[in-house]
Amino acid sequence: MNKIAQSVRLWFAPQRIRDEGDTPDYRFSLANERTFLAWIRTALALIGGGFAVDQFLPELAWGVRAGLALGLLAAGVLCALRAVNHWVRCERAMRRGEDLPVSRFPTLLGIVVAVVAVAMVVVVLFGWEGR
Amino acid sequence: MTAAVHDRDPGLQPERTRLAWRRTTLSATVVALLAGRQALHSGVSPAALVAVALTAVAWLGLLAVAHLRVRRMGVARPEPLAPRGALAAALCTVAFAVFAVAMLF
Repeated sequence: MNKIAQSVRLWFAPQRIRDEGDTPDYRFSLANERTFLAWIRTALALIGGGFAVDQFLPELAWGVRAGLALGLLAAGVLCALRAVNHWVRCERAMRRGEDLPVSRFPTLLGIVVAVVAVAMVVVVLFGWEGR
Repeated sequence: MTAAVHDRDPGLQPERTRLAWRRTTLSATVVALLAGRQALHSGVSPAALVAVALTAVAWLGLLAVAHLRVRRMGVARPEPLAPRGALAAALCTVAFAVFAVAMLF
């Protein structure tokens, strides 16, 4: 919990990150930045998926459609916030010369996307028409 | 270090990073267009128009962050991304989702 509070403080006091350790090779920082952007795109894709579920599956029952859309949008928000947090932690680890942080977030996101995909397959195969 | 290394990164890291920002703005544009379509789809109401307008603001915010960052990418050894920029980009993304929820319900 303390670790999270520390990270969040770093988000809002950006100059503090520069106080620690040495500036790493610029190529490492740029690689970290690209990884961050890839996560942001993943978040945008999830949000786009939320819109798509609502717009392109009109014959679904309202509850199912809203649930799927809300799940995708929430996953997008989580993904974007996690992207900043992970970027800050990687940047700090590089400055201090520590190992890069490990994370179980990719596994969790993978499982969530798999569950949504299976739900979609079931819905498409068996109809689930309502209203 | 030789002079050639100073002129251009052999791994083209600044270019790759610049293109990554470009791809991100393109993804954001697709989401913003979907938001516009959603507003037309669900009947034009004042609430939907406000949500679309705010989405457009978030889209412009992301474009501005990307533009400022890409402009600093033109040198041989770019500075690391400022945490403020990273936070701004992420918050614009979160804003898209929040306004999406507002539009869907």
